[in-house]
This record gives sequence, structure tokens and C-alpha cells, in this order.
Amino acid sequence: MRGKLHTGLSTMDKKKNSLILDRHNSALKSLLERSGSALLFCITAIPTVAVVFIIFFITLEALPFFADIARLKEFFTSTDWSPSRADPHFGAVAIFFGTAMVTVGSCVVAIPLGIITAVCLNEIVNANVSKIFKPVVELLAAIPSVAYGFFAIVVFAPLLQNHGGALICAVVLAAGIPASIIISVPLGEVLAQRLFKRKSAKSVFCALLGLLLAACVCALGAQAAKMEISSGTNALNASIVLAIMALPTIISISQDALSAVGRDMREGSLALGATRFETIFKVVLPCAKSGIAVAVILGLMRVVGETMVVWMASGNSLKIPEPFYNFLEPVRTLTATIAGEMGEADQSTGSQRYHVLFAMSLCLLLGGLLLNAASQWVGSGMRIKRK
Amino acid sequence: MKMINKRMKKLSEKIIKAVILPAAIFAATAQYASAERNVIIDGSTTVGPIAKAFAEFYKESHPDVNITISESGSGNGVKSLINKSCDIANLSRFMKDSEFKSCVANSVLPVAHVVAFDGLAVVVNPKNKVQSLSMEQLAAIYTGKITNWKELGGDDAKIIVVSRDTNSGTYETFNELVLKKSKVVKDAEYVGSNGQARTRVNTTKDAIAYVGLGFADDSVKTLSVEGVLPNKRSIASGKYPIARPLYMFTNGYPKMGGDVFNFVTLHLTGEGREIISDLGYIPVCE
Repeated sequence: MRGKLHTGLSTMDKKKNSLILDRHNSALKSLLERSGSALLFCITAIPTVAVVFIIFFITLEALPFFADIARLKEFFTSTDWSPSRADPHFGAVAIFFGTAMVTVGSCVVAIPLGIITAVCLNEIVNANVSKIFKPVVELLAAIPSVAYGFFAIVVFAPLLQNHGGALICAVVLAAGIPASIIISVPLGEVLAQRLFKRKSAKSVFCALLGLLLAACVCALGAQAAKMEISSGTNALNASIVLAIMALPTIISISQDALSAVGRDMREGSLALGATRFETIFKVVLPCAKSGIAVAVILGLMRVVGETMVVWMASGNSLKIPEPFYNFLEPVRTLTATIAGEMGEADQSTGSQRYHVLFAMSLCLLLGGLLLNAASQWVGSGMRIKRK
Repeated sequence: MKMINKRMKKLSEKIIKAVILPAAIFAATAQYASAERNVIIDGSTTVGPIAKAFAEFYKESHPDVNITISESGSGNGVKSLINKSCDIANLSRFMKDSEFKSCVANSVLPVAHVVAFDGLAVVVNPKNKVQSLSMEQLAAIYTGKITNWKELGGDDAKIIVVSRDTNSGTYETFNELVLKKSKVVKDAEYVGSNGQARTRVNTTKDAIAYVGLGFADDSVKTLSVEGVLPNKRSIASGKYPIARPLYMFTNGYPKMGGDVFNFVTLHLTGEGREIISDLGYIPVCE
């Protein structure tokens, strides 16, 4: 009771007081507010500053190497990499080639697998199943890369050596036969119309074409089964293990992009009489195109930057395979070279051997920045289209 | 204005207190931590097992001593010694000229303690028919002049040459003793550790590699070089050609009776010798 009376009486005074106080406090308040936001800004700036410093430091340490034109020319044109000799050579062409090879190889494996998995999880299986599968796929990202490397050298390399031919044959058959069936149906349809202009010939023609393609695949598989892989730590091994590592990124980001395609699009497409297959391939996938592209680029960045797995699984040979597309030969990547040479590269004397590693880091960094810019560009393309 | 100045002063005082006090406390605890007895060891993966076994043995009698061991390669060990971030640097080769110079330039005086001898065993897969190689043949394999086991009396199969990475002391020793510093063939695969080299040979039929004697076990076949199999007697007597001393380097001679002193002289005691033999290395004094 007392309190109530009191408040009732002094409301006016309080208002007056608070007005005066407000004026006093406003300066302090705005100061506090500003300092608060400044503090938050500083915290936000830490990662950015770190990136700027890293770029600055790497460039600074790489410059002494690039300052020497003869060395620079050798770096990009020669395959002679012998940094530990008294008369050192730093030709990095084979190493650049190895990086490109492993990247391309893992893309060939990871991109189709990742996108198909994402489509399947988002469009085909029911929600409960994908609720189980998606976390399991994302769990792949939680496995440390050294564990992947260990797997590659202890399990996968002997497997490739002892049963490599059979393994490749099985993969060719498993991927090739369904693919030849899928390809032969629309292709047969088109060809039958062009060549015979009769609809009755269509199914026969499709079947024949399918059989022909499947036979080609079988022949290829038989050829592969005869193959002998002398060394299991090679570009193929590294590519496959890296592809597995890139899968969670590609799958989960592509799936997000697919699920962001509105229900109206799908329903509109189905209402117009499109089949489920047509809806997925002609409506949903084109709509999610840029999201999927971003997913692929991010997966690619993981592959290019990975060190431990390639150091353990790729064999680290200093040469361009012969012929150049031979994935069964060992190769060495930029990251593995940096990891391998780091210990002997003398930082206190500032030798060429030390600076060349930074030159490699700089090349990797520039590649990463380009990829990052590409993903930003593709991503922003998506937003503009939606508007 | 005066008011503001005063306020600012107070504020700055507060800030100084807020920053300096924790820093001082941190520094004090750091001081306290360093008052504990620490031995930090870094370097070669070949000497690593000896250091680890020594540490285990030493901790039994000195439970209050903290021994940290990392195995980052001989080159990194020297770096740590120069940066004074380790007390003992394990090296499987002697210090290079350039390393010695940069040690002295950073006022570190490296003192070498030879703790054991190590032979590099040349190993192949147990299925391989080849039993022995000469030094010339070995050099020819690693420089790419011999590429098929057929030429050495084995099966008709391409030789998979496995080398240690250029970061390791094992590589340097092999390069110096066998290859006489000529180039390793470009086809050679490089692996990051002795264990990995052994795994590669164990799982690859046509592979050849070199590892520290302690790593040559039943999973691989050890070849005799110049007709001599690597073992304690042949290495200690100097008959086996690919052998080397293993070093621990300290900054100056350690204070007598100190932990570092005890550690680098442990190999002279009976227990130390036993530990070294158990690991497959050869003690300096038998």
C-alpha cells in the first residue's frame, strides 16, 4: 500500500528527474554505445586482419625467391626438383602437375557422386531416411585427415595392388552398365526418329543401342581386370580418398541448395504434366545450379588444400606420369612438398630452399583466392536471378 | 575540460590495472611453471624411440621431472635447439656446416653426444627372391640404372623404389653412404617415417626401402649388403657398410648432475645399454 501511494505521489518528480538525467546521460550513453560497437567491430576484424597478415607474410617470404628471374623461370618450366643438393634446382612443373592431376581425379569421382547423393537424399528417398543419412555423410567431415591417410596407406594401397584390376573392373561395370542403359533410351529415341522416322522401330533400336554400349563397357571392364597395379600409393589412391573427404561438403551444400528450391516450382512442373524425372532434371537442378556450383567449388578447395592425405597416399614421386593421364603412377602435390621439405628448409639463414616453399604457398593461396572469388561470384549470380 | 581529463586519467588507470594485473599473474604462474623440472626433446624419428624409452626409465626414478618428446625430424630438431625451444636435439646425422654456423650465430654452442649406433637395413617384401645386393647395385637401383628385379636375379617385375623424405636424417645418411650424393631416381616414392616405409614394403611385392635397423622386423626381408647382414656385431665392428652414429645435441655441455646431464649420459649405464639393445640399436660401449 505504502509503495503504491509513494509512487503515485512522486511520478511527476520522477519524470522530471529522469528527463534531466537523460540529458546528462545521453552523452555517456552514446559513448558507451559507440565503444561497444567499436569493440564488436574489433572482434569481427580479427579474422580479416589475420587473413591480411597471412597474405602479407607469405608474399613477403616468397618475394626473395621470385626476385631472381632465372629461378622464377626454372620454377615454372623445369621438372628438376632437387633442393637438398649443393647445387639446388627448384623446378616445380611436376609438382604443379601432380596437384592438378589429383584435383581433377577427385573431382571426377566426387562431383557426380556428391550431386547424385544430394538429389537422392532431397528428392527421392523419404524424409526419415535422409534424416539418418545426412548426419552420417556429414560425419565423414569429422574424421581427421591423418586417419584418412592411414586408411589409404594401410588398407587401400594393398587392396589396389592385390585386387586393383578386379576393383577397377567392378567400378567400370557398376557405373557403366546403368549409365549405358540411361543414355541409350533418349539417344535411341532421337536416332530412331532421325534415321527411320518410324515410332515402331524405337524400342528395338533403343535395346540394340543399350546392348552395344553395355558390350563396350564389358570389354573395357575385361581390359581393366587384366591391369596390374605395381604400387598402391598413386594418384588414383589419393584422388579417391580426397574425393571421399570432399563429399560431405558437396553433398550437404548441394542438398541445401536443392531444398531451397520452392515447392511451387515442383508442383507447377508436375501440374504441367512433367514426370518426376523431368521435374528433377529440368526444373529443380537448373534452379539450384548456382548453389551446387558453390558446393563443388568449396569441395574443390578442400581437395587442393589437403596435405596429410596426399603426403601419405600419393607416393610423392617427383615426375610427371607417363603417359600424362596415367593415374596409376605416384605423383607429388604442392602441399605435400611443403610439408615434406619444411624441416630441412633453413629459416635462420633464409635460404632459397626456405623461400621456394613460400613461393609454393603463395601459388596455392592465389589459387584458393581465385576459387573463393569464383564461389562468391557464382553465389551472387544466384541471388540476382531470384530478384 | 579538467573534469574530462581527470576522468580520462581514471579510466586509463583502470584500463592499465585491468590489463597489467592479469598479465602479472600470468607471468608469475609462468615463472612458477618453469621452476618445475622440464626436459624438452625434439628431432629425429630414428633417435625418438631411444629418447622415449630413456624418458620412461628416467621418470621411474625422477617422477617430478616433465619430459616432452617430439619427433619432427633431424632438421627440425636443430631448429628447435637454435630457437632454444628444446634442451636436447636428437639427430640421426651430424650437424651440417650451415646449421652449426647458425647455431653459433644465435649463441648456441652445440655439443654432440653419441648415444648409439644404427645400421640402415635394406628391406624388401618377404616374397622377393633376392637375398643380397652390393653397394653398387643398391646405388644403381636408387639412381634408376637398374629398374627390374630380373637384373638382380629376382622375378621379372619393375622395382618400386621407396625412399624416406628429404627431411629425414635417414635419407641424408643413405644419400651420403650409398648414393654418394647423386640424385635419387624421379620414380622413387617418398614416405614420411620408418614405420611407413616398412608398411609399404610389407604390403607391396616389388618394393625396396631402407629403414633404421630397429624397424627391420619379420614383416619384411632384410637383405645383406656386400654379403654382410646388418646386426649388432657386424655394425659395431664396422663390417656392415651402411651404419651411422646417432646423436643427442645439447647447448653447451649440460650442468653435471642436472636432468639433461643424466639424460644424455644414460646410454653409458648398464640399463641404458640394455634399453638401446632392446630397441634394436647398438650401444656405443659393449
